[in-house]
Amino acid sequence: MIELINVNKSFGKRTIISDFSCRFEQGRANLIIGESGSGKTVLLKCIVGLTEVDSGQVLYNGRDFIKMNGREKQNIRKEMGMLFQGGALFDSKTVEENVVFPLSMFTDMGEEEKIERANFCLSRVNLKNVNHLYPSEISGGMKKRVAIARAIATNPRYLFCDEPNSGLDPKTANVIDKLIHDITIEYNMTTVVITHDMNSVMEIGDKVLYLYNSRKWWEGAKESILGTDNKELQEFIYVSKFLKEIRERELGDAGKK
Amino acid sequence: MTTLFSHIGRYFIMMRHVFAKPEKMRMYRIELFHAIETLGINSLPIIAIISLFMGAVITIQAAFGFTSPWVPLYAVGVTTRDSIILEFSPTIVSLILAGKVGSNIASEIGTMRVTEQIDALEIMGINSSAYLVLPKIIACVIINPFLIIISMFLGVFGGWVLGMFAHVITSYQYVYGLQFEFRPYNVTYALIKTIVFAFIIASVSAYHGYYTNGGALEVGKSSTKAVVYCDILILLFNFILTQLLLA
Ligand SMILES: Nc1ncnc2c1ncn2[C@@H]1O[C@H](COP(=O)(O)OP(=O)(O)OP(=O)(O)O)[C@@H](O)[C@H]1O
Ligand SMILES: [Mg+2]
Repeated sequence: MIELINVNKSFGKRTIISDFSCRFEQGRANLIIGESGSGKTVLLKCIVGLTEVDSGQVLYNGRDFIKMNGREKQNIRKEMGMLFQGGALFDSKTVEENVVFPLSMFTDMGEEEKIERANFCLSRVNLKNVNHLYPSEISGGMKKRVAIARAIATNPRYLFCDEPNSGLDPKTANVIDKLIHDITIEYNMTTVVITHDMNSVMEIGDKVLYLYNSRKWWEGAKESILGTDNKELQEFIYVSKFLKEIRERELGDAGKK
Repeated sequence: MTTLFSHIGRYFIMMRHVFAKPEKMRMYRIELFHAIETLGINSLPIIAIISLFMGAVITIQAAFGFTSPWVPLYAVGVTTRDSIILEFSPTIVSLILAGKVGSNIASEIGTMRVTEQIDALEIMGINSSAYLVLPKIIACVIINPFLIIISMFLGVFGGWVLGMFAHVITSYQYVYGLQFEFRPYNVTYALIKTIVFAFIIASVSAYHGYYTNGGALEVGKSSTKAVVYCDILILLFNFILTQLLLA
């Protein structure tokens, strides 16, 4: 379980995260949604300690991550898998080497076993026959999927995904959503996913946090998100006329009953 | 001035992490061999060409300079040998390596920084500075002395061949000059300098790459800065070491 207590972060005079508290439970997919530029990536980086917070606590199973020393941090991080918004694949390594890398670093698996594991992870993100290509030789969506395969290779306890299905077609996006959902339950991970995509929210959002105006504006399960009366969240969800009509129809139906 | 001190401070902070205990020796060894190839072996051609021609030019210039009948003919060999061993190979070649290897290291690590590859390493629980920098430092410290020795041989050889070709020396006089009052200590002095310069090249340019911040433009700037700082430090330490070792 990860818990944030009164986290604040600003860059110069610009406040990005203010007084943010929340809990990410184990075995559940926790989603962070919000407009572009609202600070989702910054928040995630504060959680994993890549960006220093100005004040507040980030607790991993009750222990303050920010106050840990280098070694302790490293030990927690060995249990993390993270997908960066830009993929962050090692571009001097092939697809296969990228996925194998964390395994070579932290396990005593044999060569064959590692390759097998890598192929398994790659197949779960629907990638085949790209093992020996370099990141510069594959498409944007493929990079993203390789990065997901790398993030899950070591079966992390904490999984962080920054927009796992941006740039993917709806079908592949759905595969990724399902994958995240399944492994979260299968391995009892604490998963935090940033997304813009309402499809994913409805698919996997065990818990949804809406980031607005540098604050936690709304929090709840996916079931309650469509009927929300939070004005900003409504505006965020119901951008299209089509969806608005559906909502009105649903509300109308509910009224009749 | 404050930026200079903050550079120095951050440099030593990074170096403290660089020399922490490695997580997995085998992974570092792979990186080391890779670094020896990209930073060492690949520098051979340029060093060979430069050394041959510089040796030749030093020989020809010496021959033209020594027109007085009081200077023996073999002095050309002595001059070429000493200029190459004392200064050209260790210092000038290190400056050239700073340009080639230094910019290579800074841009490689800088690119990894701005594309979040270093963050990806950190998130995996890897000591990124040690993993990226230590193999490069060791590679340079091991391989540069060999490069410099090769450069010495080729420089002297270039002077011999091209000097004869230009009819400014005779083979006998030149070779006699090479052996005349040869001090092996000069080679030791040159190699000590080389090792110090190798450490400077690898660590200072890695530092500039590691603390790149921004985008592709900044990677370019870091790599330029890396070369400039390496050059200045090499010249400074050349002076200090010469005072210590020869004076
Ligand atoms: N290193 C930084 N220095 C200064 N400002 C930054 C830095 N990183 C992010 N910001 C600012 O923080 C704000 C939030 O950025 P962030 O990347 O978290 O957005 P986001 O919610 O992830 O958006 P998107 O959905 O487009 O990825 C932006 O206004 C950005 O300008
Ligand atoms: Mg983002």
